[in-house]
Amino acid sequence: MDLIAELEAEQIAALGKEIPDFKAGDTIRVGYKVTEGTRTRVQNYEGVCISRKNGKGIAGSFTVRKISFGEGVERVFPLYSTNIDSITVVRRGRVRRAKLYYLRSRRGKSARIAEVTNYKPLKGADA
Amino acid sequence: MRSGIIAKKVGMTRLFMEDGKQIPVTVLQLENLQVVAQRTADQHGYSAVQLGCGSVKAKRVSKAMRGHFAVAKVEPKRKVAEFRVAPENLIDVGAEITADHYAEGQFVDVSGTSIGKGFAGGMKRHNFGGLRASHGVSISHRSHGSTGQCQNPGKVFKGKKMAGHMGAVRVTTQNLQVVKTDADRGLVFIKGAVPGSKGGWVTVKDAVKKPLPEGVPTPAAIRATEAPAAAEAPAEGGEE
Repeated sequence: MDLIAELEAEQIAALGKEIPDFKAGDTIRVGYKVTEGTRTRVQNYEGVCISRKNGKGIAGSFTVRKISFGEGVERVFPLYSTNIDSITVVRRGRVRRAKLYYLRSRRGKSARIAEVTNYKPLKGADA
Repeated sequence: MRSGIIAKKVGMTRLFMEDGKQIPVTVLQLENLQVVAQRTADQHGYSAVQLGCGSVKAKRVSKAMRGHFAVAKVEPKRKVAEFRVAPENLIDVGAEITADHYAEGQFVDVSGTSIGKGFAGGMKRHNFGGLRASHGVSISHRSHGSTGQCQNPGKVFKGKKMAGHMGAVRVTTQNLQVVKTDADRGLVFIKGAVPGSKGGWVTVKDAVKKPLPEGVPTPAAIRATEAPAAAEAPAEGGEE
């Protein structure tokens, strides 16, 4: 393991985040810490994960898309951000792509994703 | 004026801070950084310290340099560089400088040899705009265009920006912030990018354009003399 990988592994361990097993197509709820003045509260952002980037490394990120008041909204979260309070998987979707960018040009019925009925948790994972 | 350090660029990563900020950092590593020689005003006309970093097989070092290292009673060093210091900041020969030489949050200037780009055109080398994509332009979309006037002056001025060799020159990036130091492993985390490729040598000095913060060790952060044997062993294991 080179030094950079070692440092990143150390940092991931030090952050102590529990990342559930999720991938593109899954509907997830992200609890994001919002600071208003001096007060901090957790804001939930729920939508479809349309992409995961850079794997499980420290540079990993994911994009969550939802339709808010008729307008498509996408947010990119760093996987290990200290601003993320929690990530929960709401629904597992069956998709055949790693990146669901095609959802951007779809609305309503055609933007649906079928649910996975036979989901098996990863070996060694708790989620 | 304080001595600088020689370090190896390990690579870049990011640090997540408690307040939710992410900081892109370059990791620099100090490998057996020791003082090899001193330059003093009465002997050489100026005062400086010569530092050596890294390790190299003795048989690959020239006889002259081997003698030079033998005088200082240090292992042969891969990279040697001199740093001008004030006379009161001279460091003893053989002293090993550690990463906590720099305080967290302090600003530094980092010099290194930039990555070579070979023969590069005007667009890449000098940010020229190039020519148009259409309207009669043929084959020369990325050319630099005109290089001057007409019969008067009848020449291309010296220093005209044109295509040519780019990169592989000594570059100094000023006012980079030290985010964190790790003295045990000899690591310095610097915010942002530093010149050069991974594995390249860079020199780090206190920023010339920012005041030196209080509490930085002068003349340098030196490893305690009784500790080195115990402290060096884990550090070397971590590099593998």
